[in-house]
Amino acid sequence: MAHASALTDLIDDHRARVDEQEMVQLIAPDGQVTEVGTKLGVSLELALELYRHMVLARRMDQEALALQRQGELSLWLMSWGQEAAQVGSVTALRPTDMVFPSYREHAAALCRGVAPADLMRQWKGAAHSGWDPAPARFHIYSLVLGTQTLHATGFAAGAAMEGTDEVVATYFGDGAASQGDVNEAFNWAATGSLPVLFFCQNNQWAISTPTEKQMSTPLHVRAAGFGLDAYHVDGNDVMAVHAVTSHAAQRIRDGGGPALIEAQTYRFGGHSSSDDPTRYRSEDELAAWTARDPLTRIESFLRENGVGADYFDALAAEADTFAVSVREACRDLESSPLEDLFDRVYADDHQPLVEEREAYLAHLSALGSEA
Amino acid sequence: MSTVTLGAAINAGLRKAMEDDSRVVVMGEDVGVLGGVFRVTDGLHKDFAEGRVVDTPLAESGIVGTAIGLALRGYRPVCEIQFDGFVYPAFDQIVSQLAKMRARSGGRLALPVVVRIPVGGGIGAVEHHSESNEAYFAHTAGLRVVSCSTPDDAFHMIQQAIASDDPVIFYEPKRRYWDKGELTDAPSRGLHEAAVLRPGSDCTVVAHGPTVKTALAAADAAALDGFSVGVVDLRSIAPLDLRTLRSAAAAAGRVVVVHEASTFAGIGAEIAAAVTEHCFYDLEAPVLRVGAYSLPYPPAAVEDAFLPDVDRVLAAIDRSLSF
Repeated sequence: MAHASALTDLIDDHRARVDEQEMVQLIAPDGQVTEVGTKLGVSLELALELYRHMVLARRMDQEALALQRQGELSLWLMSWGQEAAQVGSVTALRPTDMVFPSYREHAAALCRGVAPADLMRQWKGAAHSGWDPAPARFHIYSLVLGTQTLHATGFAAGAAMEGTDEVVATYFGDGAASQGDVNEAFNWAATGSLPVLFFCQNNQWAISTPTEKQMSTPLHVRAAGFGLDAYHVDGNDVMAVHAVTSHAAQRIRDGGGPALIEAQTYRFGGHSSSDDPTRYRSEDELAAWTARDPLTRIESFLRENGVGADYFDALAAEADTFAVSVREACRDLESSPLEDLFDRVYADDHQPLVEEREAYLAHLSALGSEA
Repeated sequence: MSTVTLGAAINAGLRKAMEDDSRVVVMGEDVGVLGGVFRVTDGLHKDFAEGRVVDTPLAESGIVGTAIGLALRGYRPVCEIQFDGFVYPAFDQIVSQLAKMRARSGGRLALPVVVRIPVGGGIGAVEHHSESNEAYFAHTAGLRVVSCSTPDDAFHMIQQAIASDDPVIFYEPKRRYWDKGELTDAPSRGLHEAAVLRPGSDCTVVAHGPTVKTALAAADAAALDGFSVGVVDLRSIAPLDLRTLRSAAAAAGRVVVVHEASTFAGIGAEIAAAVTEHCFYDLEAPVLRVGAYSLPYPPAAVEDAFLPDVDRVLAAIDRSLSF
């Protein structure tokens, strides 16, 4: 019996090490600076900059959704509600740090300088993907969930081999966290002590499946089990996300190995423009999260700290101008003809594909001469 | 010139590629200190700098997925999948990521990744260690799929595959790893050219990888009966060298395709269709196929009955000649 008791103590001891962490929050939903925020300090200047990014990102998202409703886009996956998680994290990285997004990271992409036209190209059906990843250091979207976490891990393996102080960041969601690739990436990065920052936007829903059906253990707890530095942050508090990401990124640069940040946020819209979230979630839940809107929280904070109506009016005007440019950019998007795709599949010669291309063009030409 | 086994030839090819280009990295399960379960990477870990030969976690999707990340950074990774039947966990990373990245990025991103796969049966292995899955990959736009059959080809083809800016699935015939042959200094043909190993006027047998030797033995046996049977080593499964196939088919008028994979929706079916489309009036008989039955690879005790052997190839040649 003495043995059994000792074993019980040992098991209890292990359990105690995997407790859930409190979310880091610097600004409460009502705009008041929290105790932690007071201790760390909240920069008004930074808050203004991040708020502007969030306002413009939300406007872009709203315009794109409207363009989908008007038939200009075939599909749109909204970032609505997740602006703080994206803006706070991506702006805490260096512009030279490579980012591997999933498919909803429009706010992060805009911060990296990806043009609205390029963000919409894919959803208009004009191209497979939107932009050149090199200048923005922002990889194209990955629609097969979680696959990009392994690409980030491999990219980081190269950085580690070269001895750079880069951080390689990758975004994914609570649903993707169930994928084997994501868990392989956690393990791979931890085992190799690679400079990867895994950023999970836990938006509570994977289409209609709530997070509690994806996992029985909070992701940041699971990540700690893999050997990652794990953080839990209020993903609707852009200042907290920025602070935690800055801290995590610095630790990675200092050789601390990979980290995971679990940001609690909420997808205000459906999974996509085709989804109807009223079929699976309640008005009450939406209302509770609306009270934690990442934009109104910072707006309250700014107003509380003396930012006047002039600032908000000027920003609203900037957003209106931006919205016009988004709509124009969408309408101007053009696709390239099918024959161009034949040239983009292989770098080296591929004779059968050359023959197929010729056959396709001959078919077009025959149709043309009939007409 | 030196005489080496096929496994050692690939090893020599890898070594040369690594010496020629510091961006070439070798990665996979047990490829480092152990040198791989077939010893194909033997000695590379010892002779190259840290990070050039990587023992990875046991995760095939991870191997290919991280290789993609390395390639996006400018490396030229060579992945080893330990056995053919273990490639399926990496299927998405191969067909949706590796194969499509170039097209998906509008031609901007190149992924010069080689995925080496020891393939096929005949070594008395347990389940999942004897499969022939080339058709899955040949069916995927964006991939190149090659299959070596001799030490000299293996030596040159692995280097050509590494030099390619496209992803290449590189099949190694595991029951021929210990076959010996001489290595030449320079490759005699491109990576995607088929080789006419023996011209034939009565029938041509098309084979790749492990069945090339079987095809040659069948051609020898047929010659004893006075038939001129040619042998084409396909070497490249995707793209197919249609020019060589067409001219060999036209010359003989009869074609038999041999592979270890199932005949149903296998590469033989594609070759039959391609030859028929282009050489219909040159053919004296329908293109015949010799391959696996539509069964899971059987237990080792009966694999000899399952694998295409000389008798089955000869029976197909007889059938072709009887039309």
